[in-house]
Order: sequence, then C-alpha cells, then structure tokens
Amino acid sequence: MIFALALILLVIGSVLFHFWSPWYLTPLASNWGMIDDTINLTFWVTGFVFVVVNLFMAFCVIKFRYKKTRRAEYEPENKKLEWWLTGLTSVGVAAMLAPGLFVWAEIVTVPEGADEIEAIGQSWHWSYRLPGDDGKFGNVHSRLVTDDNPFGMEPDDPNGQDDRLIESNEVHLPVDRPVKINLRSKDVLHNFTVTQFRVKMDLVPGLVTYIWLTPTKIGEYEVLCEELCGIGHFAMRGWVVVDAQDDYDAWYARQPTYAQFAAREPGNAQAGQAQYAICSACHGPQGQGNRVLNAPKIAGQETWYLRRQLKYYKSGVRGAHPDDTFGRQMAPMVTTLVDDQAIENVIAYIRTFPDLPVETTIAGDADRGRNIYTTCGACHGFAGQGIKALNAPRTAGMHDWYLATQLHNFKKGIRGRHRDDMYGPQMADMAAILKYDDAVNDVVAYINTLGPSASTTDIGAEE
Amino acid sequence: MTPTLIFLGLLMATVVWWLVRQSVNVKPWVASAPSGAHQGVGQLATIKVGLGVFLAVATSLFALFVSAYAIRMELSDWRPLPEPNLLWVNTGILFVGSVGLQWAWRAASREQLRGVKQGLVVGGVCAIAFVIGQLIAWRQLNAAGYFITSNPANAFFYLLTSLHAVHLFGGLVAWFKTITRAWAGSEISSVRLGVELCAVYWHFLLVVWLILFGLLLST
Amino acid sequence: MAQVAHDASAQVGPLEVEDVELYHPKTFIGKYIWSQDAKVIAIQYAITAIAIGLVALVLSVIMRLQLGFPNTFSLIDPSNYLQFVTMHGMIMVIYLLTALFLGGFGNYLIPLMCGARDMVFPYVNMISYWVYLAAVLLLVASFFVPGGPTGAGWTLYPPQAISPGTPGIDGGIILMLVSLALFIVGFTMGGLNYVVTVLQARTRGMTLMRLPLTVWGIFMATVLALLAFPALLVSAIMMLLDRLLGTSFFMPAMISMGEQTAYDGGSPVLFQHLFWFFGHPEVYIVALPAFGIVSDLLSTHARKNIFGYRMMVWAIVAIGALSFIVWAHHMYVSGMNPYFGFFFATTTLIIAVPTAIKVYNWVLTLWRGNIRLNVPMLFAIGFVFTFINGGLTGLFLGNVTVDLPLSDTYFVVAHFHMVMAVSPILVVFGAIYHWYPKITGKMLDDGLGKVHFWITFLGTYAIYYPMHYLGFEGLPRRYYAYGETAFMSESAQDLNAAITIAAIIVAFAQLVFLYNLIRSLTKGKDAGHNPWEATTLEWQTTHTPPRHGNFDELPSVYRWAYDYSVPGAEHDFIPQNVPSEELVAARSEHQEA
Repeated sequence: MIFALALILLVIGSVLFHFWSPWYLTPLASNWGMIDDTINLTFWVTGFVFVVVNLFMAFCVIKFRYKKTRRAEYEPENKKLEWWLTGLTSVGVAAMLAPGLFVWAEIVTVPEGADEIEAIGQSWHWSYRLPGDDGKFGNVHSRLVTDDNPFGMEPDDPNGQDDRLIESNEVHLPVDRPVKINLRSKDVLHNFTVTQFRVKMDLVPGLVTYIWLTPTKIGEYEVLCEELCGIGHFAMRGWVVVDAQDDYDAWYARQPTYAQFAAREPGNAQAGQAQYAICSACHGPQGQGNRVLNAPKIAGQETWYLRRQLKYYKSGVRGAHPDDTFGRQMAPMVTTLVDDQAIENVIAYIRTFPDLPVETTIAGDADRGRNIYTTCGACHGFAGQGIKALNAPRTAGMHDWYLATQLHNFKKGIRGRHRDDMYGPQMADMAAILKYDDAVNDVVAYINTLGPSASTTDIGAEE
Repeated sequence: MTPTLIFLGLLMATVVWWLVRQSVNVKPWVASAPSGAHQGVGQLATIKVGLGVFLAVATSLFALFVSAYAIRMELSDWRPLPEPNLLWVNTGILFVGSVGLQWAWRAASREQLRGVKQGLVVGGVCAIAFVIGQLIAWRQLNAAGYFITSNPANAFFYLLTSLHAVHLFGGLVAWFKTITRAWAGSEISSVRLGVELCAVYWHFLLVVWLILFGLLLST
Repeated sequence: MAQVAHDASAQVGPLEVEDVELYHPKTFIGKYIWSQDAKVIAIQYAITAIAIGLVALVLSVIMRLQLGFPNTFSLIDPSNYLQFVTMHGMIMVIYLLTALFLGGFGNYLIPLMCGARDMVFPYVNMISYWVYLAAVLLLVASFFVPGGPTGAGWTLYPPQAISPGTPGIDGGIILMLVSLALFIVGFTMGGLNYVVTVLQARTRGMTLMRLPLTVWGIFMATVLALLAFPALLVSAIMMLLDRLLGTSFFMPAMISMGEQTAYDGGSPVLFQHLFWFFGHPEVYIVALPAFGIVSDLLSTHARKNIFGYRMMVWAIVAIGALSFIVWAHHMYVSGMNPYFGFFFATTTLIIAVPTAIKVYNWVLTLWRGNIRLNVPMLFAIGFVFTFINGGLTGLFLGNVTVDLPLSDTYFVVAHFHMVMAVSPILVVFGAIYHWYPKITGKMLDDGLGKVHFWITFLGTYAIYYPMHYLGFEGLPRRYYAYGETAFMSESAQDLNAAITIAAIIVAFAQLVFLYNLIRSLTKGKDAGHNPWEATTLEWQTTHTPPRHGNFDELPSVYRWAYDYSVPGAEHDFIPQNVPSEELVAARSEHQEA
C-alpha cells in the first residue's frame, strides 16, 4: 500500500515539478521556435505515457496485492491486446518522429542569401572571421597556423585579403538576418553552443561544420563549448552580441582586415624609449620592477601580452575596479600612450631589456604548488614560458609578489570579470581552484622554482 | 560501416531464421514430456560450435577494420602503397597450407594416420613460411621508405597484416597440440576433431587474407 | 489453462546431453581460487566488479561535492574532475555492469537455469576471469602513474584523448586502452562459454522457448557484446598506434600547446563511428540482462506467468538486432554528414516500440497477479518505474531535432543515468536479494533490505529527475564549475547542491547493503531450497548452495518457466522439472506395457 502510494506520489510530484520548476528552456532568441515546439510535443506524448502506465502499475500493486486465498489469473498471452498496444505505440512514436524530421530538414538546409561567418575554436577560446566585403572567405589551413598567422590564412589568396579577423571571444551579428556559422577547430573537438539559439554543432579539426539561424532578439548571449576539450573546457566562453543593423555596421567597420593585419607595423624601439620615460619611474629603467612602488617586472614579458594589458588599462577594462588599488595607479599612466603605434613602440623598447632573475619574496610549499600547477601549465606552459596560442602569458621569472596579488585579484573577481575582458574570465574561473588559504603562496613558490625560463628576449640573462 | 553492416545483417538474418524455425509454432506454455533429441544446434560437437562462434567474432573484428579502412581511404591524404610481388607468393603458400590441412582432414575421416601427419606438417610449415614471407614483405616496404607513420595506407597495411598474423599464431598453438598428439601415436579418433578444427580455421584465415589482399590490391 | 500434449506417451530416452566429465578440484585453491566451477567464477566476477564499482561510487561522490559546493570543498582540481568523470563512467559501464551481468549473473545462472552441470569450456571460463582481473588491476594502476588516469571522458574522443591539455596522456590513456583490450579478450573467452552453453548444454526438454527470460536476456546481450566489442578493440588499437607510433588514423593536423604536431589528415569522426558502433550495443548489453532478470522477478513474486512470453523473446531479439543500426544518434552534433540524422532518428525511434512492448508486458504481468511485495519485487517494480522515465527521455534524445538543444547538457547525464545506471543497478540489487538465498543458503535481512530499497529508489529519483531540468536550462555536462554563466539562474546552483546531498545519502545507503550481504552470511535465516517458491531449475537443486556439477542427476524439463497459479494445480507454482500427473500416468502405463 505504502509502495503504491509512493509510486502515485512520485508521478504527481514529477508532473507538478514539471509545471512549477523555475528551470526550463532559456528564452528563445532565434528563429528556431519549431525546436521548442517539438520538445513540447514530445513532452505531451511521453508525459501521457508516463502518467498512465505508472498509475496503472500502482493500481495493480494495490488491487492485486498478495492474499493467501486468491490465485493469480493464468493468461500466457493476449495477442489482440499486444497488437493493439504495439500499434498505438507505433502511432505515438511516429507522431513525435515525423515533425522532428521535418524540422531537421530545415535545420540542415541553409536558406539562400544567408550571411556567412566563421567561428574558430581553439583550446580554450574563440575567434571569428568574416568574409569581408567580397563575401568570400580566403583559404585557410591548420598547417599554416603560427603565432603571427593565428587564423592559418593562405597569404596569397585574393579572397582572403579583405576577410575581417576578430581575435576576440566576442562576435556581433545583425538582428533578423539569417546567418550561416561555419565552424572550424585549430586543435581538438569543441562545440559551438548558444543556448538561446537552440542549435549547436561540434567543431572538428580537419572539417568545416555549420549551423544556421536567424537571431531575433537584440542582446548579448554567452557562447559555451559543449564538447569536452580538456581541462579548460568549462572556462571556454565567448559572446555573441546581436545588434541592430546600425550598431552592427559600426562594429563591423572597426574590425581589421587580413591585409591590415598582415601589414601591421612593428614597433619602433627608439621611438618607444622616449615614451618609456614615464614608465621607468616605477618599473625601473630596465623594466626590472620595483617592489616598494608595487610595480612588477615587465622585462621579458611577451609583446602580445603587454599590448593587451596596455590596451585594457587604456580602455578601463583593467585598473578600474574600486578594489584594484595598484591597478588604479597604473590606469592614468597609460593615457600618455596616445595611439596604437605608441603602444607598439613602447613595447618594442621594453623588449630590448635584459631578462634578469628576480628576488624570491614568497615562501610556500612548492611541492603542493607543483600539483596545482599541473592545471596552470596546460595553458601557461609547464616551464611557465607562456603560450600565445593559448593566450596565456609567461609566469616563470616574473615577480612572485605580483603573481600573488593578481591571483588574489582573479579569485576575488577584482580582475578578469570586466565584461570586455576577453580572456580574464577564463583565468578567474581557473583561479577558483586555489581553494585553501595558502594555495596562492604554494603555487607561486613552485613558479619561483621554474626560474627565468626560455624567454624570447634576445638579451636574456640565464641562470 | 557498410562491410560490417552487411556481415551483421547476414548473421542476424541467419539467427532470426533459425529462431523462427525453433519457435514459430511453439506454444511455450504447453507442458509435454521431453521428446527425442533436445533441440539444440543439432548433432555438432560443442567445440565446433565454439569455433563457429569465435569465427563470427573474428569476422566482426576484420569487418570493422575493413570498414575503418574504407572510411579512412576517402580522406584526401591517402596515398596507396605498392604491394610487393612477394605477397602473391605468400598467398600461394597460405593456399597450399589450407590444401594440406584439407588433406589431413580427409585422411582423418578415412582413418589414415600417415596422411593426417603429412597434411598437418604441410599446413603448419606453410603457415610459418607465410608469416616469414610477410615479415620479408614488411622489410622490403620499409627499405623502400614506406614507413608506418608516413601514410595511413601504410599504417593500415602493417596493421592488417600483423592482425592476420596474430590470428595465424593462435592457430599454430592449436596446430601444435594436434600434431604432438598425432605424433604420440594416439588413436586417430582423438586426433580427428583437432584436425578438423585446424582445417576450418586455416580456411577461414585464407579467406580473410584473400579479402584483405584483394582490398589492398584494389586500392 | 495448462494444456498437456497428448503424445506424452513418447518414451523418455536416455540423456541426449552427454554428462560431462567434470574437473575435480582437490585443494582449497583449486576449489575457490583457480576454480573452473562457473558458480565460483561468478562469485569472483561479482566481488571484483562490486569492489571496483565502489571505487567508482566514491569518485562520483567527490565529483558531486565539487558540483554542488564548488567553493567549499577543495578536493579536486579540473584535471582530477575530468579524470574522475572518465574513470567513473568507464568503470561503471564496462568493469561493473557488463562484468557483473554477464560474468557474474551469466556464469551463475546460465548453467543452472539451462540444467547444465557447468559451462561447456570451464578452463577457458576460468582464464576469462583472470584476464578480467588483470584488466581491472591495470585500470587501477593508472591512478598511480605520473599524470594519473586519463581525463578524456569515457568516450575517449581523439584528438583530445592523446593531446596535451587533457590529463593522463602519458601513462593513463595507454593503460586505459590496454586494459580495455584485455577486458575484451577476457570477455570473449567468457562470452564463448555463455553462448555455446545455451546452444549446446541445455538439458533434455529445455527447448529454446522454455528458457527463462533471464537466460534469453543474458544470451542476447552476450551475442551483442561478442559482435560489438571488436569495434572498441579496433578503435583502441588504432588509437594506441596513433599515440605510441605516431600514425594518423584519427589524428588530424592540429596545433598543440602552440606548436604544430606531426599528425596529419586523420579523422576524429571515424573514431566516433567505431566507438559508438560498440557504444550503443553496449547500452543493451547492460539493459537486456536487466530486462530478462526483471521479467523473472516480476513473474515469480507476482505468482503469475510473464505476460506475452513469445513477444518478450522477440522483443529481446529485435532490440538486439536493431541496436546495431542506431549508433550515430550519439553523433547528431558530431559534425558527421547531417543527412544521416534522418536515418538514425528513424531507427532509434523504431527501437522504442519493442522496448515499450516489454514495459507493457511487465505491467500486464502484475495485472490480476497475486503480488508479494518481497524485497526483490520492490526493486523490480522500482526498476519498471525508473526505466519508464529513462526510456521516455530517450525519445527526446533519439529524435534528432529535439536532441539538438539538449545534447551535451545535463539532460543527457540525467537520461543515461536513469536508463542505464539506476535501472540496471536496481535490477542488480533485486537479483541479489532474489538469488542470495540460493548462492549462500541464507536469507538477506528483510528490514535492512527495505531500508536499502527506499533510500536507493527515492534517492536516485531525487538525484536524476530534477537534473533533466538543469539540462533544459542549458547547463553543459562535464563542466568542473559553472562560475558566472550568464543564462544560468542562481537557483540552479541550489538545485545542484540539493542533488549532491541526495547523492551522498544514496551512496551511504549502499553501506547498509554491504553490511547486509556480509552479516547475512552467518546470521541470516536459513533459506531452504526454494524460498520464493519459484519454478526455474536453479531452485530445484538437491543442495543449497548447489555443489560443483549443480545437480545430482540432470533434470528433465516438462514445462516452461512460468507455470505460476496454474488452474487446478495444488500449489501456485509448478517447477519446470515436474511432470504433470497425466504425463506420469502415461509413462507408467507405457512402462507396464
């Protein structure tokens, strides 16, 4: 009796849970309402079967419970009943399948005239490519990917010259225009998912896969990777921003073409020397840093990372958080770098500094730190050398007190949580693994043991 | 996956056909005394049924490799490798081995121990010669610069030939047991089953090799 | 009405099934360690599988702690999380469920239920266990090699499975692949035994259509496994070569840690085809034995024949055959040719029909039964309830369009745990409560059994039912932590915490079960030969537990396995080896003549 009641309560509870649950499909932001309809249809059919069969079973348990005086019925089979049930089930199954197949036919058929963009996955971030004004993508190949050609563009392909390259986790789409998103991976499998769009597809190295949709609501939508791709999987996020046409056009105009990208002027170290004067007050004439002034060592850090951070300081992505005491000191200084060329120049000058070993200031358990660093090394390199392809800066040979401060900032959300910080959120998610109190010190102590590593600085001073 | 599906389709069809014959007119709830022979597979020896099941498993394995081969072959980086002429000789040797064991089987059913011994020796020696021949073919290819890593076609060649050879080694274990028994001069009846199983297995491996060889030649 | 064939005067001849010469162990080691007795091998399989399963259970609790309370419990980092996900999945699916159902229940029940003295190749059967043990030990060893076990997910997809950025690419993945290969070799040895024993060693009168559904389920599952495991072997061998020698079967040109690799042109999707060609039948390798066993539990404890026996057999066969042409429904978003979606969605939904038939027949077996709610029966009905839920959510994922938003979310996790973790494990428990009296001669404690049942049944439902809704909201699976996910509601994390608490309670309830298992060995009530008043042959042995050789004299079978509540019979069950009075009369007449 109790058992049958439990079954009945479970059925009722499940149904109530379904209707009262606050957790259900996110609000739709694309044309794929039909997918939601097929889900609802499936719910009605399966829900009906769930309720009826289970209640029938509960009824049997009550009605036919054991009595010594009674015998069960002897009925080996009942052909008619069995065929009826088979038939009805087939009808129910067909009723769910047929609409599903019709919708699938639409999902796999891209409408003519749809815009095309390309989303590129890589451990563990996204980048994008637009075909440019000619509407044609240039050829790409994984074999051509280098730090200087992160998209693997074929340099001489005329179709590729005006491709717009977006080295960022964020891409914009115009509202109400169908778009085919070609998907390509530079390394392992990934999956491009925007929950509100409903459609998703894996990215497979060596193949180009696709999805298509029409965004219907202006807004910002998070991109998630939904194919296990390694330890950074959960932190592989990006943004799709759906804009009104005007906003989209303005954004589009700001994106560099491949030709511009390839022709980027290297910085001029001599010109940078003058601009560095103001930096040297804190960071020192050789970029060696100054503990007292809370200015970290910058000598030996890589160009791309310095560039990103300087731009972040300039645009307020970094150094704007009220609790970021030292960052707030840095932010106004960067305003002296008036344009991108000035930034390139000062970086070029910084790159001429010798990479000198730094003093160790933090004591921690380097053995415990080594265990933690197995996670860090997956991006920053197991020698702490930094890997551009993974957007992970060098950690070895840098100031340990600075690393510690930054790790605390990442943990507390002081750094990395700005909406326009494209790679910070990943680090902030990762910093969450530093759970116990001394974890930061332990991992920094381990990084100290890595010493000045194979740096790309020409005048590197090795141990 | 087509080759695998064809194989499984045939196998399943056989199973279903056999089941239908066993069950279609039976009302299982009707009690009756056991009558006549039990309705198993029939009069086959258990070990033969065992071998049959094993061969089905091995066929599934090879069919899957062939399927993988067919799928991988379609990709752009596939460069077929030249089959050394030696493979033709090896094929011939394997064929002779099969004939030898067939001979032994016939002799066994006629109770001629001498013929059994001769056939067994031919079968075993040929199998060993075949494996050595395959090794030489490997060396020739390697010397010509067709390394296992340089192309998937090469990788498949080495993989399929070694897999086939591994199965042959398994057969040689059974062959060794049989031939020692034959030489120990035991009753022909105690050798017959072993000879028969060896022969069936040799034929199976010959057919597998012919299919693999055909596949290699045609691509 | 039980009809009695009237040609019953046919004389019962001598045994057509030869009485095999058994191996006679003399020492303790020969009896219990290097044993060739299928029943001992079954127990060895079961103990090993349960032991390694407990490891996987602990892993899942640690993962749940991370998911439920990501900022409170600092037990694991992202690498460990993925390693535990992988090991938990692989152990539970292959090393626990497959080994327990086929190696454990298969070994114990097939010879007894068929009326055989032992498996047909006892020596090979023994080797099978030791190879399995070696596979388990290799798997465990991967916890202790540098870099730890692989964290590629139980699907082991390349390229990530053997690329930096995934934990365990040094020793872990190699040990995993070798261990799987060993498992397959060991299983094939056992599987040959199960199949050939059913085909060849049935006692006289035991026609195919008189076999208990347990045997049918295990038999068909073994056939599937024998044919499907080679696909896993093929993919394991090819991946090993990619990893060790640098071939490019599966590995494409790619960037790794910022560097170009030497791989070129391989196809990750090919691996997925091979893997799921094994992986989907694997679902039924676990499910079919559960289907079979639960049919027998329901029938026995409802004191009623299983409804629609022939349909049940054909459903098992149909599910088995169809399971080979549905594999790519695991790959709707894998980047394979999208047009395959039409075919595989159709075949997948077709397979729902025979599965539904089985469910109807289980429920109709209860109809007008005389239901004894013994502990095994509680588990059996619990299974039907859970399986209905899990089966129906399969219709969401099998239908390609509906799958699209749900694939790779918690909906998938909830679905497959409901249908192929909780459901089969409920059957395992039910089966252990049911057959423990035969295996040991003692009853398991009823009260403890009920506590175990209620916590496990309600607890697992509380874990997995709400989890589907996390999937609807879009929470991806295999995430170490959700951090700040824009669309995720804050209450979703509360639900995650609640699920974790339920999971911990369920995990601890298993200790009650273990305690019951051990305590009842000495303190349990004596079971007698046939405590459930069941009809099948294993309950008709003269010794409990059955001795080596199972029967004193091989039984003759006169009827199917479901003669419960036969009208006019003295008891509400007639064992398979009992001739009817008419038959006996006919025979004695014949002898007199």
